[in-house]
Amino acid sequence: MRTRSLTLAAGLATGALVLAGCGGDDSGSGGSETEPTVAEAPEFAEGTTMAEIAEAGSMTIGTKFDQPGFGLQGLDETPDGFDVRIAEYIAGQMGIAPEDITWTEAPSAQREELLENGDVEMVVATYTINDERRERITFAGPYYVAGQQILVASDNDVIAGPEDLADNPDQVVCSVTGSTPAENIREYLASPGQLVEFGIYDDCISALDNGQVQAVTTDNVILTGFVAGSEGAYKLVGEQFTEEPYGIGIEKGDVEFCEFVNEALQEAADSGYYEEAWTATAGQFEGTEVPDLPEPDECV
Amino acid sequence: MEPVLDNLDLYVSGFWRSLEIVLWAAAGSLALGILLAAFRVSPVPVLQRLGALYVATIRNTPLTIVLFFFAFGVPAAFGVTWDFFALGTVGLVVYTAAFVCESVRSGVNAVDAGQAEAARALGLTFRQNLSLVVLPQALRTVVPPTGSVIIAMIKNSAVVGAIGVSGDLFSAYRRMASALGYERLPSIAGTAVGFLVMTLTAGAILMVVERRMAVSR
Repeated sequence: MRTRSLTLAAGLATGALVLAGCGGDDSGSGGSETEPTVAEAPEFAEGTTMAEIAEAGSMTIGTKFDQPGFGLQGLDETPDGFDVRIAEYIAGQMGIAPEDITWTEAPSAQREELLENGDVEMVVATYTINDERRERITFAGPYYVAGQQILVASDNDVIAGPEDLADNPDQVVCSVTGSTPAENIREYLASPGQLVEFGIYDDCISALDNGQVQAVTTDNVILTGFVAGSEGAYKLVGEQFTEEPYGIGIEKGDVEFCEFVNEALQEAADSGYYEEAWTATAGQFEGTEVPDLPEPDECV
Repeated sequence: MEPVLDNLDLYVSGFWRSLEIVLWAAAGSLALGILLAAFRVSPVPVLQRLGALYVATIRNTPLTIVLFFFAFGVPAAFGVTWDFFALGTVGLVVYTAAFVCESVRSGVNAVDAGQAEAARALGLTFRQNLSLVVLPQALRTVVPPTGSVIIAMIKNSAVVGAIGVSGDLFSAYRRMASALGYERLPSIAGTAVGFLVMTLTAGAILMVVERRMAVSR
């Protein structure tokens, strides 16, 4: 009887240890190693968006839930990634702690609507700045410049960048039919037959696995997602050879908020948070270098 | 039509690429289809069943699935590393052959049984019977439906562009409309004209062949 209760106690203790172990692992995903500084009772001019948010003590931010390295929702329901870290820092500058942020999924096709409807105060979601979008919303930033890159199998040592494609006509590259990346890569090819096109990137990856193509090309952010899911089977090579500046979407015409966000980004860069956030998220994948904070655009 | 005329070289090179697919696939599917039809009308039960099984499997599978099987399944299973042009063309041959087989078989069956019986009574072997008596008669009946199958195949060749083959007539449209930002309607019209040139030419050839073979019965 006595031994049994001892065993039971030991069992319980082990269980508790295991549970504690799980809890410990979790701490990496939510707020994490790079905790943003949360300003205490910051002061803002009356009537500004910052003052409203600081007063409310909470805010809603739109981000991607399915973009590894930038905004990916884990099992604990809180997304994590570079976009999320950047958003947390900006919120922190208004006195909002990470746990007071409500995250809303912002798929590419819905981002303008979310801002226009006032469902979110801010969108940080691999959001490329362009003039068409500028007609509906205002962009702060850019905080990152994405660009086209090349993905190859880890054991491929022939291709180290787009320049190597012309010299190696047997290395076939794949992209999506009619996409801008497919158009951009053409000038690097020895012949048009060196480009294979499919409707979706997953087919390109299947062809890569089968050895039917040797490289896949598109924006580095999409490729990073494949590298992340491959357990070391793929790697990114070479420099980015196009430019896609990512901005932070806010309500159209809110110049004060835009300028505030730009200042917050600059502080994040100066304090080293920006670099740490990158290293802890998108920077984990091979072939991605720590970016410098780009010069902000004018707030319009 | 101005965007098409400005990028005519894109459509012209796409036309040749598609024509290449079509010519290989037509030759391949006619050869394989006639062989399969011979299987199905042969007196050997094993061959009959083989032919029937082929037709039942392929004819009831959507073309895109057949093509994706050849584009991804075959390379993954057998380690084949052909390019997508070859794989796509083989897929189109395999698919079209089932239909060619059935139209040829229908032609053979259309020949009165008495013809084959008479030939056999005269002491002709199966091979002689088929090549000297039955097939020459069957061919006349076979030409129009087989021609339709080939014209359908020309149009189906657009789908081959979806499995990695780039630079064909259909991907010329997608490149124009998506990447180069031209209006969709003229872009697809250019592709349609390219296919019309191929199908109308095939139709004209077909008419000549039919007229040559026409025999009053």
